[in-house]
Amino acid sequence: MPSKWTLLSWGPEGWLDDIFQGVFITVSLAAATLPLGLAIGFFVALAKKSEEPSLKLAGDIYTTIFRGLPELLTLFLVYYGAQIGLQNVIRLFRPEASVEVNSFVSGMVALGVVFSSYASEVFLSAFRAIPRGQYEGGYSIGLSRGQTMRLVIMPQLIRVALPGLANLWLILLKDTALVSAIGLSDILRQSGIAARVTREAFLFFGVASLLYLVLAIISSVGIRAVERAVSQSEAR
Amino acid sequence: MTMAQSAVAEAPPPPVRRWTRQRIVGHALVGLWALAGLGLVYFLISGWNPPLFERWAPAYLSGLGVTLKLVLISSVVGALLSLPVAYARMSRNRFLSALAYGYVYFFRGTPLLAQTFLIYYGLGSFRPQLQAVGLWDFFREGFNCAVLAFSLNTAAYQAEILRGAIQSVPRGQWEAGAALGLHRLQILRKIILPQALIVALRPYGNEIILMIKASAIVALVTVLDLMGQTRLAFSRSFDYQTYIWAALIYLALVESLRHGVEWIERRITRHLIR
Repeated sequence: MPSKWTLLSWGPEGWLDDIFQGVFITVSLAAATLPLGLAIGFFVALAKKSEEPSLKLAGDIYTTIFRGLPELLTLFLVYYGAQIGLQNVIRLFRPEASVEVNSFVSGMVALGVVFSSYASEVFLSAFRAIPRGQYEGGYSIGLSRGQTMRLVIMPQLIRVALPGLANLWLILLKDTALVSAIGLSDILRQSGIAARVTREAFLFFGVASLLYLVLAIISSVGIRAVERAVSQSEAR
Repeated sequence: MTMAQSAVAEAPPPPVRRWTRQRIVGHALVGLWALAGLGLVYFLISGWNPPLFERWAPAYLSGLGVTLKLVLISSVVGALLSLPVAYARMSRNRFLSALAYGYVYFFRGTPLLAQTFLIYYGLGSFRPQLQAVGLWDFFREGFNCAVLAFSLNTAAYQAEILRGAIQSVPRGQWEAGAALGLHRLQILRKIILPQALIVALRPYGNEIILMIKASAIVALVTVLDLMGQTRLAFSRSFDYQTYIWAALIYLALVESLRHGVEWIERRITRHLIR
């Protein structure tokens, strides 16, 4: 029986290279989800802070649904829903076709909507922290609504929303573990395979947990750097 | 025109609500949601399948029971475990607080799914030792492993909630209690906790909601909770309805809990509203 160090080595004997492929998948999934979630979250927040009641209602429904559903269920709803939906559409044209939905994209969409519903709350409270006068100041020097939003409000908004968004990023990183359930070879799935083959489950799931921990630590360092950069631009 | 006449002048007509772009987009989006809702209802009615319902309705109910039992047991055990963790975290002893910090950091920094796998599959690596102490039969059950993982996880979160709440009470409250000659535990119980728990209520409520949502993952370690039954039903019938039913049940559960917490919060903060 090979020693534990052999099992954890890089190469054909060890599993470290396989697990690191999983790290790559996990990180790229989280990184791909982030802009999607931020963009949707921002627009949902805009809808929820609007004075138009119907727009607010539409935003509230969105958040209520995607914050209320378990993430795993959302993932399955998206994955199987897309599969069945696409299959029905394609069978109109080619009756014998079978559809395989990309699990990376499904994971991205599912995690993206969950992320965005939380992010919209963060953005909303950040919007509330910005005084009305900032908008009025923007309009009074002749900026359009879009320009005011982009040049006056956004720089301040990011500063206020950053801690909340950083928190959501750490949650997103952990939530990516769920995609192993729909067959994407992320950290957890790769270590699960290693655990099953070598019968060293504690070792490999322990390694997986530590890798997530390392990702979290690296993220916190990065977040602190971003926070410092953003707060330097603050007017004193 | 006399003064009297002008005093009874009519109120100005209400401003005309114009169809601004925002209003159009808002109505369109609400319409879209309504359409989606109607589509869902139509989907559920058109695909209504009595044998399927009769076969799985009891299973869903028992699954819901398992979910609730899991969350209830883990949150109570987690609350008990969180007391020493929070105490250690606030203690002046460096070693003790570092230990508690490490515990909290680990359980908050890694996915709950990885922790559950670590316990469910990982403890199998220690089978001889566990058998020697007679705990093997306990840990062979997916449910028990899930309870252990969830309790350890929520203990870390609850310890932070508790610590934050206790530290949100101003120091002067402790000093005033000490000045009255109360014992530290008495101060904690009679002065600090009543104020801290008001602060902690909302985070505690959120934690339980998060636990209910997270509990869906135990389906991946063979526990037949609501999610587990749903997966089973879907794999047998390939009927998408099965997932929709589960989604509706989870939504109803989470929403009623959220409103319940809000109601309690309104009630216990009545004395703070001026």
